[in-house]
Amino acid sequence: MTRRLTAALVLLLMAGLLSFDLASSRPLDIYDQPSLLALGSGSAADGAHCAALPTE
Amino acid sequence: MSQAAIPAAPIGASTVTRAALIGAALAFALAVALLAGARYGLLILIGLGFGITLEGFRFGFAGPWRRMIVDRNPDGLLGHLLSIGVVALVAFPLLSGAGDELIGAYAPVGFAMVGGAFVFGAAMQLVMGCGSGTLVNAGSGNAIGVLTLPFFAIGSFAGAYNLIWWTNLGSLPTVVFSGTSGLIVTLAALAAVAAFVLWLAPPELRRIPRRYVWASLLLAFFAILNLIVAGQPWGIVYGLGLWAAKGASAIGIPTEPSAFWGIASNQQRIADSLLTDVTSLTNLGIIGGALLVTAWRQGFAQRLPSYPARAWVTAIVAGFLLGYSSRIAFGCNVGAFFSGISTGSLHGWAWFAAAFAGSAVGVRLRPRLGLGG
Repeated sequence: MTRRLTAALVLLLMAGLLSFDLASSRPLDIYDQPSLLALGSGSAADGAHCAALPTE
Repeated sequence: MSQAAIPAAPIGASTVTRAALIGAALAFALAVALLAGARYGLLILIGLGFGITLEGFRFGFAGPWRRMIVDRNPDGLLGHLLSIGVVALVAFPLLSGAGDELIGAYAPVGFAMVGGAFVFGAAMQLVMGCGSGTLVNAGSGNAIGVLTLPFFAIGSFAGAYNLIWWTNLGSLPTVVFSGTSGLIVTLAALAAVAAFVLWLAPPELRRIPRRYVWASLLLAFFAILNLIVAGQPWGIVYGLGLWAAKGASAIGIPTEPSAFWGIASNQQRIADSLLTDVTSLTNLGIIGGALLVTAWRQGFAQRLPSYPARAWVTAIVAGFLLGYSSRIAFGCNVGAFFSGISTGSLHGWAWFAAAFAGSAVGVRLRPRLGLGG
């Protein structure tokens, strides 16, 4: 057996994850997208980071 | 048989294959941009950049720390310090001037934070893969990495689930070095660590190979780009925990009772697509970048190694511990060490010290668990 097997497994897992995500998540809305760059956008950063403690 | 009669071994994929690989990567980023938004497509490209850099230059975190511990070879660790310093030079002024458009990787130092970093350092030496390393290993078809990744995600979900309980065991207020004075303190501390590891190293090893210099500068470039585009520093483990949180929700495990997952913003992220989550996108890009480089080199023809059963069990346990510990430590080698220090958080330095001590333990444990010396 070679790494082709494990690489195929990873591709399947990622494809499965994205399929599941698109099927079960709120629909994407292209008209509700943030600006290309956060810097200069005028909007507060609202992504999630592992260093951030919940503040709510 | 003469030397001339030996057919040349293939040294990489064909031009057509390579063009197809690049086309597939760009098509995926374009599809994300068209489906979710241009920023999200750009984050896929940034993740691809991280993955291509890490796998292309064979530059990581667990391996260089191991070489420092075992051989007192500081080459990779010096590369980390260089990269963090370059990011700090740009990130500190940006964070000072951008108001709340950009945030740093700021977290408090605490008992659980330090303990989590120690466990993470030990576990990353067991599987030779940190936060970014596990993604790169999986993308390059490394069997241990492929097995570790899902348990890393489950551990990250579980660690975040209990994060507030762990943090309440005792934490200091969050300490952030900022502005010009903060930058000077950070650069001086990085230089002091570099001087110390150079002093520890034998004279013939006191250098950074050129490929590590390039890798360090490229990592810094993509990390700065990540900050400018996403509004937050490069991170790994939130995204992995979110993948497991979505899976947990789907099979009926309630996330609302968790003080972490139950807050409104995290409930919204569980409901929203991963294609709008910053760290999920760069994580997918890292896996894709490592896959692309490995296919480019025809590295998937490599035979899978044979390990004893205890090695596979170790990969599962270490994967879970990597995820769990990195959550209670407020980040992994990327979110806490790389991004914490480069944006001025004291917890990045505490993480570095504790994880390095844990790595010294992990290096000694690895051969006993059947994963090689």
